[in-house]
Amino acid sequence: MKSYLHLYLWWLMSLLVTTTAVAQPDVQKKIQTDLILAEDGTTVQLPAGTFSLAGSLSLQDKKNVTIRGAGVGKTVLSFRGQTEGAEGLRVTNGTNITIENMTLQDSKGDCIKTMNVDGITFRNLLVEWTGDPKATNGSYGLYPVQCQNVQILSCTAVGASDAGIYVGQSRQIVVRNCTAYHNVAGIEIENSVGADVSENHAYANTGGILVFDLPDLVQKKGGQVRVFNNLIEHNNLDNFAPKGNIVARVPAGTGMMILATNDVEIFNNRIIDNKSLGTGVISYFMTEEPIRDSLYNPYPTNIAIHDNTYSRLPGYPTRKGRMGLMFRFKLRFGKNVPDIIWDGVTNDKAPASQRTICLKNNKNATFANIDAGNNFKAISRDATPYTCDLPPVAAVGK
Amino acid sequence: MPTKKNLFLVSLGLFALVGLLSATYKSVPTAVPERLSAYGFFAGNIAEQKPAEGVMPYRLNTPLFSDYAEKLRFVKLPAGQAAQYNAAEVMDFPVGTTLIKTFYFPVDFRDAAKGRKLMETRLLLRETSGWKALEYVWNEDQTDAILEVAGDRKMVAYVDAEGRKHEQEYVMPNLNQCKSCHNRNEVMTPIGPSARQLNGLLDYGQGAANQLVAWQKQGMLTDVPDINTVPKAPVWNDPATGSLNDRARIWLDINCAHCHRPEGPAGTSGLNLSIHEKSPAALGLLKTPVAAGRGSGNRRYDIVPGQPDQSILLYRLESTDPGIMMPEVSRKVTHREGVALIRAWIQSLN
Repeated sequence: MKSYLHLYLWWLMSLLVTTTAVAQPDVQKKIQTDLILAEDGTTVQLPAGTFSLAGSLSLQDKKNVTIRGAGVGKTVLSFRGQTEGAEGLRVTNGTNITIENMTLQDSKGDCIKTMNVDGITFRNLLVEWTGDPKATNGSYGLYPVQCQNVQILSCTAVGASDAGIYVGQSRQIVVRNCTAYHNVAGIEIENSVGADVSENHAYANTGGILVFDLPDLVQKKGGQVRVFNNLIEHNNLDNFAPKGNIVARVPAGTGMMILATNDVEIFNNRIIDNKSLGTGVISYFMTEEPIRDSLYNPYPTNIAIHDNTYSRLPGYPTRKGRMGLMFRFKLRFGKNVPDIIWDGVTNDKAPASQRTICLKNNKNATFANIDAGNNFKAISRDATPYTCDLPPVAAVGK
Repeated sequence: MPTKKNLFLVSLGLFALVGLLSATYKSVPTAVPERLSAYGFFAGNIAEQKPAEGVMPYRLNTPLFSDYAEKLRFVKLPAGQAAQYNAAEVMDFPVGTTLIKTFYFPVDFRDAAKGRKLMETRLLLRETSGWKALEYVWNEDQTDAILEVAGDRKMVAYVDAEGRKHEQEYVMPNLNQCKSCHNRNEVMTPIGPSARQLNGLLDYGQGAANQLVAWQKQGMLTDVPDINTVPKAPVWNDPATGSLNDRARIWLDINCAHCHRPEGPAGTSGLNLSIHEKSPAALGLLKTPVAAGRGSGNRRYDIVPGQPDQSILLYRLESTDPGIMMPEVSRKVTHREGVALIRAWIQSLN
């Protein structure tokens, strides 16, 4: 009996020795190894606790894998001491990947970047930069790019020096029941096709919800975006984005901004106390940047704004930046800033029947066409020429 | 003396521990050799890195900067098979090929006789399903390198070519990070051994010979055209080999274009730094950034001709902050001489 026990013990010890040659006590290695070795169809479960990471974590070439924490505030991945990698978690080249139930914070670059994933779900996540909003915070909280079938559900993004929730060059997107505050842009949909942004609360950002289309990118002609049932309020935070980035041009006090995108339907939102642009619809010319991309359409087209509720206490718009100069010296609205502002720039070559904007049934809304293409000469606050209907934008997945 | 009961408890504890650990690591691929020595790539003392029969050393005219590590490169082709020449990109290597790259630091860059420290050996294996990457980290005794899935980091000390002492952290990639560079359209791809990079001399022991000619003579490469018609990458820091523009472009190509090309992971940025790119805007001239975030450094354009200190590209090359710096991985220190080259190049543009 004793000899058998001895043998058993030796066998165990030899196993232990060979196993510990691979095993490292370091959390970084443990989680990263789990992510590398995860079999398709499995869940990588992260336990409760605060884990300090020195580098990016990554998942790639996987199908049907879930990364699941024990809950927001329970599983906390802190990248405060990060010395390597441009993001907290990076997911590339996957199918049906879910990330849920955890907090990620203080990454040096983006918090979670996912690229080339068909079916990416972010659920119950808090991505944040702790402390006051500042330019040294990372750029994007949640950042799917060149993905399809993106679901961002019940997530919160705080403190991004660019956009808290940023969907770029992607297709078929749902952003629902999320909260974004203390970011430069709360939620941004850029060069993307087919998005439903609904039931979100964007507050205390520089700009609440942005829908942009930019030149020189791989995926062009963004559009078919619906923004509905959102609460967009008090987005009056001073812009703290590093210059050079397009969002650095967004004026403090922007509820929504639509830049050069086609087929956007904005309805049933409450847009409250955003001091500069409750809703701005602008062409790319307002960025004052040259356009060299011959395939790019710098004009917004088919923008429907209907059945929204606006309210705004009298007060001055932002005085900062180029937009601040425009408000002070060109628009001169004083404290009576219109809720919906359109730059009035249209494409001379477009067919006469083509609409840039249609407004209808907006409660308590005031309007201005600022005639930016003619040096603001014929500013008009009359919305009647733009009272019209556009065909509804199709829901995602329909 | 442990009692039977104690032994039982100890074994129970060990059993639990082993169970815990092996549950996590059970799926470490078993078919992959745990040690580099098992491949037989090297003859004699493996630390000397003398290639065995059938293993061919090679060099690149302008290599990727890797925190001042020096590199030894080898290729092993399957017996009796050859790679096919490609004028524009990496040679088409047959299934069974292994590309071998060992990273090391000389103790003193001025005097090779003082020895060196081998850090890691990376393998790219061409399998039927495509290329696969493996990472082996050298042990402290320098007797072998051990398979490491999750990468590693070590401190390294050396004296540079100017006699300055350095001590820095050196990071070795986890398997996922291999593909953050070796990636075209999400397919694992080698980067270095292209015609233009191999078109240079190497001393095979009987005087220097052109590598492409040597490969052809050995039956390792087919369809090589007249060597005078083959494109040739300049040596980035040797003005005798190319103009400032040509040397800057090849430096950007090898250091940036594995990601910054339309099929690469940074294709989303619209910035294409490949040697093949001809559009000034795609090369970054007066191009606004897309998702640079604080990487913009408050500068407006990727490259402002004549103004290196207004150019985002230079800002990111100079930085070592992981949220700002480029490349994003495999760099802890600034390539001072490379930055000087790109600075001079941007200065020269108009």
